Order: sequence, then C-alpha cells, then structure tokens
Amino acid sequence: MNYRNKHWTLILGMMALLMMVSGCKKKPPPPPPPPPKPVTATLSANPSSIMAGQSSTLTWNTEGADDVALDGQKVNVSGSQSVTPAQTTTYHLSAKGAGGTQEATAQVTVMQPTPTPTPAPTPAPTPSDDQVFAQAAQDIYFDFDKADLRPQSQQILAHLAEVIKAHPNWKVQIEGNCDERGSTEYNLALGERRADAARQALVQGGVSADALKTISYGKEKPVCTEANEDCWQRNRHDHFTLMH
Amino acid sequence: MLNKTRTHFALLFILLALPFAQINAQDWIRTGTNRGAPIRLAAADFKQANPDPQTGPLQTIFDQTLWNDLDNAGIFEMVAKSFYPAGTPGAPADIKLDVWGNPPPNTSMLTFGNLGVSNKKVEVQGWLYDVKNPAAPQILGKQYVEDATTDNARLIAHRFANEIITRLGGVPGAAESKIYFISTRTGHKEVWSMDYDGANQKQLTRLGTVALSPRVSPDGSRVAFSGLTKSPESWQIMMYSLDLGRMVSFPRHGGGNYSPGWSSDGTKLAFSSSMAANGSEIFIADSSGAGARRLTNGKSDISPVFNPRTNAQIAFVSGRTGLPQIYVMDADGSNVQRVTDQGYAVSPAWSPNGLLLAFSWVRNYGPGILGGADIYVMDIASRQIVQLTHDGGRNDFPSWSLDGRHIVFQSNRSGTEQIWSVLADGTHLQQLTHEGRNTQPNWSYR
Repeated sequence: MNYRNKHWTLILGMMALLMMVSGCKKKPPPPPPPPPKPVTATLSANPSSIMAGQSSTLTWNTEGADDVALDGQKVNVSGSQSVTPAQTTTYHLSAKGAGGTQEATAQVTVMQPTPTPTPAPTPAPTPSDDQVFAQAAQDIYFDFDKADLRPQSQQILAHLAEVIKAHPNWKVQIEGNCDERGSTEYNLALGERRADAARQALVQGGVSADALKTISYGKEKPVCTEANEDCWQRNRHDHFTLMH
Repeated sequence: MLNKTRTHFALLFILLALPFAQINAQDWIRTGTNRGAPIRLAAADFKQANPDPQTGPLQTIFDQTLWNDLDNAGIFEMVAKSFYPAGTPGAPADIKLDVWGNPPPNTSMLTFGNLGVSNKKVEVQGWLYDVKNPAAPQILGKQYVEDATTDNARLIAHRFANEIITRLGGVPGAAESKIYFISTRTGHKEVWSMDYDGANQKQLTRLGTVALSPRVSPDGSRVAFSGLTKSPESWQIMMYSLDLGRMVSFPRHGGGNYSPGWSSDGTKLAFSSSMAANGSEIFIADSSGAGARRLTNGKSDISPVFNPRTNAQIAFVSGRTGLPQIYVMDADGSNVQRVTDQGYAVSPAWSPNGLLLAFSWVRNYGPGILGGADIYVMDIASRQIVQLTHDGGRNDFPSWSLDGRHIVFQSNRSGTEQIWSVLADGTHLQQLTHEGRNTQPNWSYR
C-alpha cells in the first residue's frame, strides 16, 4: 500500500512537471531534444605542496562525463591517486560527456630540500622567464562558435594576470584559434573575439593593455587535424606567447 | 520581418514539394540572369591548314577548348559531333547549309574554320554561320595569329568562343576570364590564378606565411588579399600587381585586417578590421588604402562585398546575434538589415546585375552539428531563396562570372577542398583544381 502511494505520487509529480515544461514552451517549433547534462570536473591535490620525495594525493570528481582522463590516462569518473612528482607538476583532468568537455587542473608544488652540508652553497636555480610564463599561461578553451570565458579560464587568467604584473617588462601575445568546421573568414572574426575575451580579462586583472597584443589565427594554425570533437575542442583555444 | 520571411519559406517549401519544383527554380534563376532558350549550335573540328608537325597538336587543343567554352556557356544546346556530315569543312566554300540545317544535325548555328602553323606562328580562321538564313549566313568571320604555343591555341579558342557567346548571348561570356584562388600546393597558402576552365594554373604570391581572401580589382590590374606578416605577425590587406607581376605597397593598419572587397568602379575597398580594438568591424577606404573609416560596430563583422550594380549597398557577415548571418547595409553604414534568419550563413557574393546574392549556408544547424554547407542564391528584393548545391559536403565562397551565368565555389565533396564551377541553374558542375587544397575562388570582372 505504502509502495503504491509512492508510485502515484511519482506519477502525479511527473505529470505536474510535464505540464510545467509544456507551459513554459509556448512557441510553435518542436522542442529540441533535452540538452545533455553539463559536464563538471574538479581536481584537487592534498597536500598541494610537498618536499621532494614525499607524496600527495590527487582527488577528482566529475559529473555527466563518461570519458575521464588524468594526464591522458583513462581513469574512473571519480577517484583518487597518490603521486610522487620530482618537481612541481600541474596535473590535468579532462572529462568528456554528451554535454561537452570540461577540464580541471591541480598543481603539486615540490620544494627541493636545502642542500645541507654542501661546501659551496649554490643559489637555488631561479626559473627563467620562459619557464615561469609557460607555467602560468595555460591554453584556455571555448565552446563551439563562442568566445565566452569558462570559469576555469577565468581562474587561469586571474592567475596569469598576477604573474604578468610581476614582470613589467613582459609583452604577451594572445592568439585566438578556431576549429576547422566554420568558414575561413568568419573564423578570423571569431578568433579575434576569443583573443579579445582573454585580453579584457587580463586588463581587468590589472595588466597594462600595452603589455598585451592579440592576433586571430582563425583556423589557419590548428594544433591537430582530426575530424572529431576531441581535436575540435583542442583547436578552439587561446594560446599565449611571451614575445621576445 | 520574421513573419514575412517565414511566409517565403513556406512558399518555397510548397514550390519544392511540387513535381516541377526544380524546373520552376531554374526558370526563376534564368529570369534573373537573362537566359533565354538554348540555341542549337554545331561546332565542327577545325581543318588542318598545312602539314606542319605542330599543326595537329595545336588543332586538337583548340578544338577541345572551343567546344568546352561553347558547351559551358550556358546558352547553347551543342549538337553532338556524331550527327555531323562526313568531311571537315575548313572554309565557307565547304559548307552545304541544307545538310547542316536538316536532320540529323538540324542545327541553327554552325562554327567552323581552319588552323595552321608556319614560321612558328599559329594562324586560325574561324566563322560563325546562321544555317537557317541562306541569304546571308555569315555572322562572324575572324582571323587570329599568335606565336605557336599550346597556351596561345587555348587563348585563340577562348577569344573566338567569346565572340560567338557575345554575339548570340547578348553579353560577353566568361571564356577569357580568370579565377584567383588560394592554394596550399607549395606548402603555404598563396594566391594563384587560372583560366576560368581550370587551365593555366600559376602561383602569384610568395609570402611563405598565409594568404587568404584574394579579390581581383574590376580593371584586372591588381589582386587584393589578406596576408600574414612576419615578426611581428599581423594580418594586413596586401596588394599584388598583375601588371607588374609583384607585390606593391599598401598601407598597414593596427589589429587584424581581412577580406577586402572592391567597389565595381575600382575606387573603394571595404574590408574587416580590428584596428579599433573592438573585435572585427567593417571599414571602407580608398582603393589606395587611404582614408579608412569605420562603418559598423558589430564585434565580428567580416566579408563585406559591394553591390556591383550600384555600389550603394554592402552585404557582409556578422555574428552579432550568435551564429553568423548575412546582412545588407547602405555603403555609408546606415540601414543595416539582416537577410538570413537561421543557421550558419557566410560568404555573400552579389551577382553582376546586383539582384541576387549567393552565399554559403548550413541552413538547419543543430547543437554540435555543422556538417553540410550548401550554396544558395537569394533574390534580394523578394528574399526568395533557391538552393544551388545539394548534399555535397561543405560548399563555400561562391563567386559569380561576369555574365552572371556561372558560379565558382570551393567544396570538399571530393574528399579535399577543391574549386568547382556550376551554371547558375545548378547544371554543368565541374571540378577545376585537383592538386593540393584549393579554396576561396574569386572570378575576374572581365
């Protein structure tokens, strides 16, 4: 009896839901298929800072994804893994599903033990500008025909803005790119918007506009040429170059 | 406006549902481009005027080129050679009009002549006869002398064909025209040229970077295009002189500069630029590049083309409402109107009479689906639309021949991007390029 009641409640609930849905969609064109569930992905490292030789645990969670890869290795949709990087490493989680592709990164900072009894203490090697830049200036990715910044891209750009501000002599080129499917000329305009979206975010983050140059490559400089969503996504990106 | 366009779509749908829809569509295009009923034309092989060893090969090339030009002209019904009487007529004395005018040839018009090589010169005599007018049959009698090369054999055939097309079709044909395009066959995208039939393909630019969007000037003296400069990289409008055979200087602007489009009097260039650091917008400048001023502020406006009949309107592409659509505005930037209302619409091209707009359209675009793009033609006054290509991969960058009878475009229907041409009624589809990847064709104005 109890079970039956539950059953009825469920049916009534669904009917109410249906009515609500149909009430919202008054326009004549047939309703589009339900949008695929948006893909979410998080990745964290604990601790995020270790001494060389120690371990850190990566933990990840995804939703709506059926193809999840950690640094290119296929993994479960959520899980954890212990890592022992020799130097500071950024781990990259890629979650793919019907709703799109979502990326997440986590960095494990590795501190080198101070050399104790070394006779002539060599100064810790300071990373070159190129290394610092490469660390901070990760590519950011876009949806098809869109130039809107994803939340993850905004985080990357906020961090990048700080790094650029710390190097007042830097000049950074922002390169907007598109996948192969759109038309050659329109993709140049779309690449302009993608580069400009990153430029605006960096300027909002306090970077001088003079330190930034944008260029659109449209679909003229693809990083891959396969005709599949994975490659198309890789090509829908802004790339950053430190100009010398 | 949306309702109005919807009604048009509904009308078109009804039209397409009828069994004679295809014929109706073709009639409509023919009306737009002044095509009458085809004229029956016989083109006899030319007679070898002398036994020089070069005569035979040149005569073969000449005959093939002349036949193709006439067959492609879009105004003739060519009479098959198997119906012709025995013997090759080389001069008016060889012609028996009643034999040609009655079945089996049953032709209205006949072209014939002779070709010979002597002293390294090729000499051609050609005639066009109105077979049904025995009192005064001769319409044309022409003589050509050039250095004896295969290129010149083709050139003479094009000239003679164009005389015939002009006389019988009312306006000069495309037989002597050129097509400018982008080819990757050197490993970089460079500007190339070819005859309208695909012969005589030649590399023009040697940037070593990327060249895009070639557009020949109306007087045929220059090709404007968008090229990528080296260190620092930027997209600039560049100019190649066909007269001088080299690049000539053109002012540079900030930002990215794309997709030049000439006014038909050659005095103005419209192009897309991000020089105002506000995304790409349509600018207009003198053909020298001076006096650039902004016409739009749409953030992703590109591919401007002047209406060649009036130069008072510019069609362009904008993504201001999402997916790219075709817009038309007055040449001062006022009166902007969107003329497509769905899908992914790019690459507008005006017909020479300024009445029709060809463009590339993924008409029914769905989430994540961007498959087939086809060439469509819109009557700009009524907004009626006819589909020109069907289900053949991605078709883009249409460009009209000067007589409005042909459209050249790029398509990946063969597996790679190549250049194809088609009559404006959708018939006579042919592939013009085969080597490398070839894109963005632009038909010369003459």
